[in-house]
Amino acid sequence: MSDALENVSRDLLEPAGLENRHLESVLAQIMGRAVDFADLYFQHSAHESWMLEEGQVKSASHNIEQGVGVRAVSGEKQGFAYAEDLSLPALTAAAQAARAITSQGQQARVPVARATPVLALYPAVNPLASLADDAKVGLLHRVEAEARRQDPRIQEVIVNLSGVHEKILVLGSDGRLAADVRPLVRLDVTVIAEQDGRREQGHGGGGSRSGYEYFLGDQEHALSYAREAVRQALINLEAVDSPAGTMDVVLGPGWPGILLHEAIGHGLEGDFNRKGTSAFAGRVGERVASPGVTVVDDGTIEGRRGSLSVDDEGTATQRTVLIEDGILKGYLQDSMNARLTGVESTGNGRRESYAHLPMPRMTNTFMLSGEHAPGEIISSVQRGLYAVQFGGGQVDITSGKFVFSASEAYLIEDGKVTRPVKGATLIGNGPDVLTRVSMIGNDLKLDTGVGTCGKDGQSVPVGVGLPTLRIDGLTVGGTQV
Amino acid sequence: MSGVLADQQQGLEDAVQEALAQATAAGASAASAGASLGQGLNVSVRLGEVETVEHTRDRSLGVTVFFGQRRGSASTTDLAPASVADTVRAACTIARNTGEDPCHGLPDAQRLATEFPDLELCHPWSLNVEQAVEIARECETAGRDHDRRIENSEGASVSSHEGLQVLGNTLGFLQSVPSTQHSIGCSLIGRDPAGMQRDHWYTSARHPQELETPQSVGIAAARRAIARLGSRQISTRTAAVIYEAPVAASLLRHFLGAIRGSSLYRKATFLLDKLGQPVFAPGVRIQERPFLRRAAGSASFDAEGVATADRDLVANGVLQGYLLDSYAARKLGRETTGNAGGAHNLVIEPGERDLEGLLQQMGTGLLVTELIGMGVNTVTGDYSRGAAGFWVENGVVSYPVEEITVAGNLGNMFRQIREVGRDVDIRGNIRTGSLLLEGLAIAGQ
Repeated sequence: MSDALENVSRDLLEPAGLENRHLESVLAQIMGRAVDFADLYFQHSAHESWMLEEGQVKSASHNIEQGVGVRAVSGEKQGFAYAEDLSLPALTAAAQAARAITSQGQQARVPVARATPVLALYPAVNPLASLADDAKVGLLHRVEAEARRQDPRIQEVIVNLSGVHEKILVLGSDGRLAADVRPLVRLDVTVIAEQDGRREQGHGGGGSRSGYEYFLGDQEHALSYAREAVRQALINLEAVDSPAGTMDVVLGPGWPGILLHEAIGHGLEGDFNRKGTSAFAGRVGERVASPGVTVVDDGTIEGRRGSLSVDDEGTATQRTVLIEDGILKGYLQDSMNARLTGVESTGNGRRESYAHLPMPRMTNTFMLSGEHAPGEIISSVQRGLYAVQFGGGQVDITSGKFVFSASEAYLIEDGKVTRPVKGATLIGNGPDVLTRVSMIGNDLKLDTGVGTCGKDGQSVPVGVGLPTLRIDGLTVGGTQV
Repeated sequence: MSGVLADQQQGLEDAVQEALAQATAAGASAASAGASLGQGLNVSVRLGEVETVEHTRDRSLGVTVFFGQRRGSASTTDLAPASVADTVRAACTIARNTGEDPCHGLPDAQRLATEFPDLELCHPWSLNVEQAVEIARECETAGRDHDRRIENSEGASVSSHEGLQVLGNTLGFLQSVPSTQHSIGCSLIGRDPAGMQRDHWYTSARHPQELETPQSVGIAAARRAIARLGSRQISTRTAAVIYEAPVAASLLRHFLGAIRGSSLYRKATFLLDKLGQPVFAPGVRIQERPFLRRAAGSASFDAEGVATADRDLVANGVLQGYLLDSYAARKLGRETTGNAGGAHNLVIEPGERDLEGLLQQMGTGLLVTELIGMGVNTVTGDYSRGAAGFWVENGVVSYPVEEITVAGNLGNMFRQIREVGRDVDIRGNIRTGSLLLEGLAIAGQ
């Protein structure tokens, strides 16, 4: 038995008096004639957040969530129920509710559980205990001081520190058994700068799957977020109205990879493609991007916010090539959609919690580097927009239309970056936007670890990445018509 | 009317009282605690077949403790006495590590609600899985049969939820509120040679009898999806824009975000210090109506137990009040407005024309029926969102449009509201008709 499995079994199952044989018998009760697959998902998560504003840590919270989700799958049908109570009677009641999607069958046999070999991509630590409470408070104060000392125009500084210690165990009717301990930490800085009565904000932040020591150390991540927030706010103080209309756009490296997440990633999730509701359905093998464009989803990068050692169905995560040299290669799959379309799961079955059904979700989605120097890409544009930081985005996977909103952008005039412009929403068509990529930078960067993706009301942490990229003719939603 | 959770009310109140007693015993000078139970059924059907059957069952307890002017909070989904004790301890530990703030504390005792009219929020629906599946099927079938171009579906869903919330504090306040919420929704996909378009419709109500019929929901989803077929981009321009009622509510949500206490004391809003000043077009009246029977946002007290009240937020375009809880009110040197947790039924006074009348009034411009993205900056009011809808000429819908943005500054946009429709969408906490705005920037080709 792996360490994680041993630890999680001890922490979740033992206190409830549950043993593997109980779980196997619950699964056997669910598996009747018409049930193809069933699984149990145990979860315990402790979450804390600390907030500093006006120079003081004024509030903090600590939340515990625990429960078990029971799922029965029959063809395209899923029955689902959950309980906060981990006792055998509660588990049995949830199992009976979940199996009600099919007419009653006789009890089936399930194979003896076998642990999935798991290569841990992050340490099995408890971030909440990785730093003493007074040291957390001290960290928040140092981050604030770093922001304030950058510039006297900084009026407000808000710093949020949060950590999650999550333990999961999943047992499937096919005998799969896996456990994972998932630390997750995040630090966010928001500042407001004021000049001549004008107020603008800036954000910085990052995180990883580790303890809070990630923010300390030689790289001083925490302080760099403060400086980044101030830099953005001061630039926004100078920003003029953004142009409106279609123009050439250069995206900076890193977080602008949200383009891939919205324009491509969601449209390539297996559920939408099995149902034929995605604009990408049935297009594997077709050209959907310019030559040279390769996009991957990789859940195996050590310590990254979007990474998982195993997904929420007990499948090891992997690196999945979505687009290779411009050609659509494949989709992101969970086990149900993989089975229904006759392929293997890509380890992308994820769920927000035990109280939610798993579905295909992204992990870390990024484009590989090309050959152009970033400066060469900018100087190739006559008149356009250089967008380096973004807020959120959204996509309509059926029509393929997606948006993502810039929070830091500049005009490019005669090949040079000139004035900063106010954030504007960029809008495009997913299946077509990457065919307009005309230059790919040699500077792939992943984001700093702040991404959260929402789908069907479920939020999961994700990552994105991009090299500097030139896209010809993207619609910029400014106000200067 | 009491629901199936009624027999659990005593147990939930006991848990709240126990948490308060433990906080006091641990040395807290004051505390508040809230607990909730919920249970429900979600069923979805796609292409006539059952897709998911979800039984939901949620519970949680949260506690906030004050040690003088220090505060800490904690919550748990495990209501066993040992876990509640751990949760109270966690809150106390946090409070010892946070800074002092004189604005912290429970609300002033005289502001706590003392009258609890029956707002008719609880109307359980005795709905079993088979019945729910049948309703979802009727809904989707009506939509799919409506037009042969409806060739695919994201399914129809039926959900029914019942909840029980208890709030207590060490000033002696203890109240329980049972409630229900039911809905039917459908999302359909039409196809023509140019491609696929999806749209949806839903109905939501406290009482199952107030839901629209399943058939009408399915047909509305089908009509909306079909109407979008053949959408195209328009050229960049400035034009009048009508926000159809369901998306118009988003503009008022941005308004609420800008007059919220935390935005004000952080000076992080474009509506800073605008009390008594015109912020909307003349004639616009926006009220908070907490006591509407069976409405989504009705409540006789807020998340701190403070009494809510009918009031004008905007009268004749002039800002009359903010959305404050006790903490923000003290920060600003004002009184709480009973808005801990948000607004309770925001109602913008409807005008005389329906949507068709508004289209005629506009003449030429854009009708927005869908918005995507988050390009809204509350600090500056800068606004830029992706949109889809219809180009309108001479008061008549001419063709569907997509892949465009609408942009402006909310501070100006609120004053550019020329007319409010009488086609009020009453499904949510914000009740508005369609809104006609002058001259917004539209980016396209």
